[in-house]
Order: sequence, then C-alpha cells, then structure tokens
Amino acid sequence: MPLEPRRVSGPFARMRTSLSWRSDRSELWRYIGWRLIQLAIVLIGVSIVVFFTMHVLPGDVAMLLLGDRGTAEQLAKLRLQLGLDQPVVVQYLRFVLAAAHGDFGTSLTSNRAAFDDVSTAFPVTLQLTLAALTIATVIGVPTGVFASLRPGRTFDNLAMTFTLFGVSMPIFWLGLMLLLAFGATLDWLPIGGLSEVGMEPPRITGMSLIDAALAGSPSMFWDALRHLILPACTLATVPLAFIARITRAEMLATATQDHVRTAMAKGLPRARVIVRHVLRNALIPIVTVIGLQLGLLLSGAVLTETIFSLPGLGRLMVDSILSRDYPVVQAGALFIAFVFVLVNLLVDLSYRLLDPRIRRA
Amino acid sequence: MTIAAPYPSLGAAKERWYAPAARVLRRHEAKLGLAIVLGFLFLTVAAPLLAPYDPYDQELASALAPPSAQHLFGADQYGRDVFSRVLYGSRTALLAIIVADGLALLLGSALGLIGGFLGGAVDAIVMRLVDVLLAFPYLLLALIIVAALGPSLTNSMIAIGIVYTPQYARLIRGQVLAVRALDYVRAARAIGTPRWRIMLRHVLPNSFGPVIVMATLQAGSVVVETAGLSFLGLGAQPPSPDWGALLADGHNYFLTAWWIATFPGLAIFGVVLGFNLIGDALRDQFDPRRRT
Repeated sequence: MPLEPRRVSGPFARMRTSLSWRSDRSELWRYIGWRLIQLAIVLIGVSIVVFFTMHVLPGDVAMLLLGDRGTAEQLAKLRLQLGLDQPVVVQYLRFVLAAAHGDFGTSLTSNRAAFDDVSTAFPVTLQLTLAALTIATVIGVPTGVFASLRPGRTFDNLAMTFTLFGVSMPIFWLGLMLLLAFGATLDWLPIGGLSEVGMEPPRITGMSLIDAALAGSPSMFWDALRHLILPACTLATVPLAFIARITRAEMLATATQDHVRTAMAKGLPRARVIVRHVLRNALIPIVTVIGLQLGLLLSGAVLTETIFSLPGLGRLMVDSILSRDYPVVQAGALFIAFVFVLVNLLVDLSYRLLDPRIRRA
Repeated sequence: MTIAAPYPSLGAAKERWYAPAARVLRRHEAKLGLAIVLGFLFLTVAAPLLAPYDPYDQELASALAPPSAQHLFGADQYGRDVFSRVLYGSRTALLAIIVADGLALLLGSALGLIGGFLGGAVDAIVMRLVDVLLAFPYLLLALIIVAALGPSLTNSMIAIGIVYTPQYARLIRGQVLAVRALDYVRAARAIGTPRWRIMLRHVLPNSFGPVIVMATLQAGSVVVETAGLSFLGLGAQPPSPDWGALLADGHNYFLTAWWIATFPGLAIFGVVLGFNLIGDALRDQFDPRRRT
C-alpha cells in the first residue's frame, strides 16, 4: 500500500504539513504539475499567435512563395499542396501537429528544413547569451554589494552613474562604438564573426568556445574567445546595470533588518555579517532578476548578432523576415518562445527551492 | 464652524499631485532629466529653423565629409548633412513615443479596465492573452508583428505598441480591482448607473495616476526599441531621417566614417537618459518602500 501523508486538520495543520518532508515534496510536485499545465496553455496561445500572424498577411502564403512569377494554375496547385484550401482551424491543427514533430516546412532561402536552420543557429545565440549573463553577474553583483556598503559615497555615486548610463545605452550603438574603438582603431580584437578563416573548430556543439576546447586546440580556443569578447560585453551592459542596481537596493533593504542588527550587536566581524546575513538574504530577488534577464538578452542578441555578423538565431530571424522566409520565421519564433517560457519556469522553481518561505507558503 | 467638503476640492488634488511633483523636481537628477526632455521637445519643434540643410538634400561632392564648420556632424555617403538629419530624427522619435506609447496605453487600459471591472471569464481570457504576449521576448514579438504587417515605420510603431500593451493591462487591472470595491463605485452601481458609465466616469479616471507615471518611464524604452527595429531594417525605410536608420547607415561605413553612427547614437542615448532620470525620480517618489 502506498504511504499517503496523514491528513491533519485544526490550527496547526499548515505548520505540521509544512514540517513534513514528504508532503513538502508532494506539494512541490503538485506545483510543478500546475505550472506545466500553465506552460502548455501559454504554448498553445503562442502557437496560435505565431500561426495567425503569419496568416493575416496581405495575400496568402502561396502567393508569397511564388512571388509575381506564379501563374493562376501554379498558385491553385500550391494552395492545394499547402492545404490552404482547408478551413483555418484544420490548417492550424495541421501546423501544430507538424510543429510538434519539428516539421515547419522547408526554408525558402536555404532549401533545408526550417527547423534545421534554427537548430544550427541556436548554439551561437546560446553561447553569446550565457557569456553575457556571466559577465553581467560576475561584475554586477559585486558592484551592487560594494556600492551598498557606503551609500552616497564616491564609489556608490560612480557605480550608480555608470548603471544609469548602462540602462540608457542603445546597445546597437554601444556595440558599434566598441567595434570602432577596440576593433578598428586599436586593432586589439576582431570586428566580427565567430572565428578567423581557417581557425573554425570542428562542429560538435555549435558553440565555438566549447568546440575549440573539445578539439583540444589552444589557438582555436583563444581565437574563439577573442571573437566573443566584444559581442558578449555589448550584450552584458544593460543586464549588468540592472543586476548592480537591484543588488544594491536589496542589500540596503536587508541591511536594516533586525537579524542584521542582532548580528552586528553580537560583535560578529563586519565582512561576515555582510556575506552571511545580508548578501545571503538579498540573493533570492537577485537570482530572480538574473533569471529574468533572459528576455532582455534574447532581444539584445538580435541586435548584437547583427552588429558583429554572428550567424545566430536573432540574425536568422531578421534575415528571414526581410527575405519573407516564413517557415523559418515561424520555427524560430516558436522555438525562442518555448525556450523563454521554459527558462522562466525554471527560474520560478529555483527560487521556490532557494527560499523556504516561498516553498512553504 | 467649518464643514468638511463632501467632494475632494482642488486643494486636495493639489496636495495629491503638486506636492509630490514639487518634491520630485527638487532633486538635481530630475531637473537634469526634465531639461534634457524639454530640450528634445524644443528640437522637434525647432528642427526646420535650426537645421542648416534639408535632411534629404544630397550633395555628392561632400560625401563622407568629416565634421567641420560646414557640416557640424559631418556628411553621410550621399553627402547629406548628418546634423540636419539628426535634428529631424528627433521628430520621428517623438512620433514613436506618441504612437507606440499611446497605442500601448490605449489598448492596455482597455484590456485592463474590461478584465478588472467585469471579472470572471472575461478577466480570465484577458489575462491569458496578456500571459501569451508576455511569453515572447519583447523584441521577438515586435519582429513577428513586423513580419506579418511588413517592414515600415508605422508598422514598427504599432508592433512596439502591442509589445508594451501587457504591462499597461496588468497595471491598470490591479488599479481597477482596488478602485471598483470603493464606496463611490458601489454607490454609483446602487443608483443604477450603467456599467460602461461607471467604468469610464468613475473607475478609469481614478485608476489612471500610476499609468501616467508608467507612460513616462516607458517613453525612453520606446525610442530605443523603434530605433532598434529601424536599425535592423524593419522600421523606418531610407531615406527618412530616423535615428535607428541613420545608425544602420553608419554601421555600413563605420570603418571609414565614424561620425555617421556616432551622433544619432548619442542623440538616442541623451533622450533615453533624460526620460530615465525623470523616471527614477518619479519611482523613488511614488514607491513607498524606496522612499523609506
């Protein structure tokens, strides 16, 4: 017989359930289940948005595919082939079923499966995004912490001015200026691409840095790293500013709480109080903000990839829109939205795990 | 003996709006921000008076001319004066704020008001719609909308407007939920006022304060996003003098003519900084947690 957590009633019910490890876990699973159902609903919504925005196009897809050259006969044949003669609900269901199998049709420019184009480009964006997030966190959190230690003093003022500039900076301009300074004028770093010609690592993961490391070639790794520095720094600027600001604000808010005063009154060393009592408690909102930077990063990646000529997902989307390659636009849009929603779910779950107060609420 | 006025007087409104506004303006950052934004507004109006050249005038003899007394910000690949084009670009930026921010405010308010006031199934549908829109990274959603409507300045503004709609919808829904439970709304309902009238005359005006603050906060972002779409070739099309499109031109020539991209970028940065300075001061003023 499976062991069920004992049902308890009365004023202590909540406390007792929350203390029981087993019911804690079952509660967590129930929550995950509920979030997955929500995820499914949102994804259905996303697929409807993607499908219908592409179907309210002036003219129809068959006309777009054939362009001006198509005869009426060819047009009718293609419509039949694409199922455009079917009711729109049937078309949508066919689209969803095919999409679930990764089938979005063939790219009109590369003639490959649209999803293959997307999955080839994705690792480039992933590498760029992760590198930017790492830079933003590694610099942003300590900046916020140090700024909060002496609010209103020189370092705090400098850091806050810098972050204000950071959030106000159009990154496509910053990228160009960095290119101009470090690429063109000083000639320290390459001005675009993933690697020099002849230095491309054999494709394993699609992420140039990891592939170079797997190939065991220090020169390829160094080359890939040099190509990554400017785009990653460009993309990191805005999230870095946000992370530094939220870290400072949370540190200041936590520092006035009773447990911190008690710790100071006990005579604990200041550094210990800051790290163990203030930073640790301030970390949960900071982690959330770091997780939520993903939308900003994915959006910024579109612009960064354009400036630095990186063959990532953002650049692929823009090129596909400009060349009216709708299968790729649909595949890319659904894929990015899927990743975005999934990561938001993981962030949500992670701070539930990090913070016992949320877990037991 | 004085009798308390049954309705909030002008004095109360003054207390509610003028005093905090005055407190906001006492801060140096806010003053600087306001000065920048007013300067920007002045330039949009005075562009024809201040611009030394027509922004569309091509003068191939001075193509790619560096900044000089003749061309303050240099000239682009067709010999057009970059200074004049940047000045006229401020008009597109202002238009983007009015159209995109205005559209988001209108759509978002309508959705939030209807969902929050009617509640039940309507609210559930509105909120799921909002969730779906929020499930896209913002620029991706704008890309999809532009893909459907076709690349143009108007369409990019519509796209940005739709992208910002969910935030307004959520904010105003929260406000409406609080306001609709207040006595005067219940009183209006009790005397048989039609629902649409309660929504528009009683609930909406009293839920609108924070929305105005949000619209100011978003203005800077709207300028960046629209310029971003133009930079990608999906917004303003050549030869219109738009800051994003100017940057895209500069991108193609940045190795030989740094000035084409530098000055429009500085203009975007300045305007966004101005709005952010005001926004920060407003947020500090209206967010009680920050004030303490």
